[in-house]
Amino acid sequence: MAAPLTLLMIVAVTVRAVLFRSSLAELISERVEVVSPITAWKRVIEGLALLDLGVSPYSGDVFHETPLIIYLFHFLVDYAEITFMLADVVTAAALYAAAKDYNKQVFRKQKFALEADRYPPDCLELIRTPLEMHYVPLKVAMFYLLNPFTILSCVAKSTCGLNNMVISLFILCTVKGNVLLSAIFLCLATYQSVYPLTLCAPAMLYLMQRQYIPVNLRRVSFWWFVVQYLFMYLGSLFVLVCLSFFLLGSWDYMPSVYGFILSVPDLTPNIGLFWYFFAEMFEHFRLFFLCVFQINVFFYTIPLSIKLKEHPVFLIFMQLAVISIFKSYPTVGDVALYMAFLPLWSHLHRFLRNIFLVSCVLLACSALFPVLWHLWIYAGSANSNFYYAITLLFNVAQILLVSDYFYAFLRREHHLTYGLYLKKKDGSEATLVLK
Amino acid sequence: MAAHRCRNLACLLLLFLSVFLVTMSQETTLGHEQHATAVGDPQTGAETKHTAEKPRVEEKRWEETKVKATTQASDTAVLTKTQVNEDFQEELVIRPLHSGDIYASFQFRTVWETDFMKGNKVSHYRLFPKSLGQVISKFSVRELHISFTQGYWRTMQWGQPFIPSPPGAELWVWFQDSVTDVDATWKELTNVLSGIFCASLNFIDSTNTLQPSASFKPLGIGNETDHRFLRYATLPREIVCTENLTPWKKLLPCGSKAGLAVLLKSEKLFHSSFHSQSVHIRPVCQDRQCKSSSWELRQALNVVFDLHTSGQSKREWSLFKMFSRTLTEACPLASSSKIYIDVTDNPQEEQFELSPATPLLSQAVVLGDRRTFSVYDLTQQVTFGTVRSLNLMIRWKSSEGDMLRPLLHAERYVAGYGLQTGEIHTLMYNNHPFRSFPVLLLDSVPWYLRLYIHTLKVISKGKDNNPSYIHYQPSKDRERPHLLEMLLQLPPHSVTEVTVQFERALLKWTEYTPDPNHGFYVGSSVISSLVPSTVAMETNITMEQPLFSSFFPCKEESSYFARVYTEPLLVNLPTPDFSMPYNVICLTCTVVAVGYGSLYNLLTRSFQVEEPNPGLAKRIANVIRRMRGVPPL
Repeated sequence: MAAPLTLLMIVAVTVRAVLFRSSLAELISERVEVVSPITAWKRVIEGLALLDLGVSPYSGDVFHETPLIIYLFHFLVDYAEITFMLADVVTAAALYAAAKDYNKQVFRKQKFALEADRYPPDCLELIRTPLEMHYVPLKVAMFYLLNPFTILSCVAKSTCGLNNMVISLFILCTVKGNVLLSAIFLCLATYQSVYPLTLCAPAMLYLMQRQYIPVNLRRVSFWWFVVQYLFMYLGSLFVLVCLSFFLLGSWDYMPSVYGFILSVPDLTPNIGLFWYFFAEMFEHFRLFFLCVFQINVFFYTIPLSIKLKEHPVFLIFMQLAVISIFKSYPTVGDVALYMAFLPLWSHLHRFLRNIFLVSCVLLACSALFPVLWHLWIYAGSANSNFYYAITLLFNVAQILLVSDYFYAFLRREHHLTYGLYLKKKDGSEATLVLK
Repeated sequence: MAAHRCRNLACLLLLFLSVFLVTMSQETTLGHEQHATAVGDPQTGAETKHTAEKPRVEEKRWEETKVKATTQASDTAVLTKTQVNEDFQEELVIRPLHSGDIYASFQFRTVWETDFMKGNKVSHYRLFPKSLGQVISKFSVRELHISFTQGYWRTMQWGQPFIPSPPGAELWVWFQDSVTDVDATWKELTNVLSGIFCASLNFIDSTNTLQPSASFKPLGIGNETDHRFLRYATLPREIVCTENLTPWKKLLPCGSKAGLAVLLKSEKLFHSSFHSQSVHIRPVCQDRQCKSSSWELRQALNVVFDLHTSGQSKREWSLFKMFSRTLTEACPLASSSKIYIDVTDNPQEEQFELSPATPLLSQAVVLGDRRTFSVYDLTQQVTFGTVRSLNLMIRWKSSEGDMLRPLLHAERYVAGYGLQTGEIHTLMYNNHPFRSFPVLLLDSVPWYLRLYIHTLKVISKGKDNNPSYIHYQPSKDRERPHLLEMLLQLPPHSVTEVTVQFERALLKWTEYTPDPNHGFYVGSSVISSLVPSTVAMETNITMEQPLFSSFFPCKEESSYFARVYTEPLLVNLPTPDFSMPYNVICLTCTVVAVGYGSLYNLLTRSFQVEEPNPGLAKRIANVIRRMRGVPPL
């Protein structure tokens, strides 16, 4: 397995290196779909330039990355291209390892269930085979590394690639069962962009499952584990925040990074839902809708955790998708991260209802983004509504994709309990409905 | 004690000298007049003699006035204060420009030795306008400079103005260091000034207020230069019109009833290529030792008439043609009232002819150059002649005039296309053949054009020109603008190009101006410089000088201070669709609801086998059967 992975990485790095050398790199790094005001490389450079001028990078409203990023690139600014390629490779490797480990566990669980004879007899075609599962980790890595979204994001040197790396390392550590590293990487991800905070729940669920701690609110062991994990998480967050304070000697970064993410003052167009909505918002409803939209991201954590408490990795996928759809400054790099998980759920394909439509819409939107942007900004023959319409469609497609996978997952679970070919009372073939 | 006696002695001596000189100068003036009438048609030989003679005459006159001032100062102890320590002067300078335009610059100066500060309640006003006096004392203002300008001063064609100003409104104020909350005071002050001048100065807020660190030093006395007490703002979009001129004229002691101010008729003033009116308040020294200070109020009005193209094919102008008025008297309250006409380029009268001819000539060093002026003293009845009205007239004889390139000028433009990014180019020209000089460039860019300072490039003569000082304050969204100040050395005979890239922000729909596709204005860059002077500058600030040459204090003889403003920029921003707020709110909320709804559906419901619905008839039959008490079908 190592050889195909190495080959894949070499291909991915070559593609990126070629694009870095081409004239496209300049064009890509200006694309609003690829870079957001937080992740833009131009703004990181600006932050470094401000630091050189003796001005705090957070005194203005151009730089919104965290102090650790500025500290990192203080040393690595000349090796930025290598850093971003490396980040992508590390992300892919981590996802590969995580998928492999996860598959092993799925297989083991399935074996126990088969031995215990828990599956209905007609469900044998739903059982996953080792042959089918063999190429899944490689496909995951491939989906990440060769996804055009990831490539664009990397060539634009969007710091989103680094966030993705941290999140994938968090997933790897969680799947491997390393509690401390999981908490540390989750805290790094939270520190970078707040929203990964919601990944706390699936991480704890998974780790508890691994340690055979029942998810029961009345059990002391459950609460003890939660306290342990939260302590590690909050402890490392505290260390990071203080470290950032000492790096620049001021708390200016707090409003400039987190205030910026939460209050959405920069309305530069992107692929998300926030920019046009808040550009057109009535002033006295702004705060209300801001709260509604931000709560929306965090809102699904608890019901999803309850529904998917047996399947934390699918919960991670759901959470990542919800974050990338509803976050305030999304880029295609965020989309690429959760799309990398799709091969992991390849066994759900028979239950997907509108995957063809959704993929067509996603492809069409990706092609239309630059076209309508050009018509609006450069040609002047279209206006902002055109671009806005495409962002709406893109988000609807993403929502449909995610809910379709969720539906398929739930349906498969249902079939695994009640059998694949359900019969009505009168013996005729039944159709399943949600009630 | 000995020194005191010496001073008294000197005073006496000067008094004696002054009497002597007055008689002398009168004699020479008379002599000159006789000479002029006798010669009639001036010949070259006689003319050179003239010019050689005239400056000497004028120098004598200056000496005379200076002596007067000194004697007055020594007598203040004896005389009552209010009568002596207030002084009003008015002055009009007319300079024919090479482009064929006429530059007329009015200056009115009121000097008052009083103390507005330290709780000293000043309630008796004579020449100084009460409204401004109250502003000074209420807001603890140390220096106040305000200008309203319509049109852009074309330095390249017109040379340097006496008092430069950017298009639109400009206001800069130094506060006393006793002011604790400068921002609040500034806000209040702008609102008050907005009322006084009927201008939109109330639109000055934190998003267009700057605190330049080096470009705007106090022009009056005092060496406190902590820029925390300085506020600077421009409104490049401000339109200047009659409603701003009327309150400005009311500040004059004579109003527009007498003196030079009768010429200020708005229907003519605003029918011009350039119009600028300003008010400058500052503390100045009273005497050479600067023992006591007094407040100076300087009101200036600069206007450029484009007489050449406006209808008449003949190149000639007169006061009546320009202002539709003639002069009949000086302001009775003025201690001096003079008209200067720049005749430097016309020593032999070969370019234009001036009528009525004046016997008085004067030389002044202004903007690094020695200029010759014909002087009309309105306080002398003889100036008005027999018709009791003065209508100056210039008739051109030849149309060519060689352009004297100004040593320093600048221009600015926006490069790039599309509504996403752009680049601001500022070009600064040093036209001096062999000397380089330093300039301070001040750029103020509104927050919605996000500057990227790492793209800043300064290039002169094809090479990088590293600024020796950079003060950069990045913008805060909806709070404060970008401020970029740089000290640059301009190499001789070169163009220095400063470029910086910016990104255009998408604003909230309520933040756009009513005509958003017109674009947004970016105020002028300010270039302040010490330009090498061709002649020795006059460094003695207390010496009696014509008003136009004494505005910027001069610290050294070899250079003079010049301030150049570039064009304001007009930049387009991407706009949202202003008719769409309801639609956008509805559509976006729908998408969020689709997300919420589908997840809610999957979270709360469970899979069930669909049982066929019994038909309507069967259900009704079942209801009836239930009422009857029989088991349903």
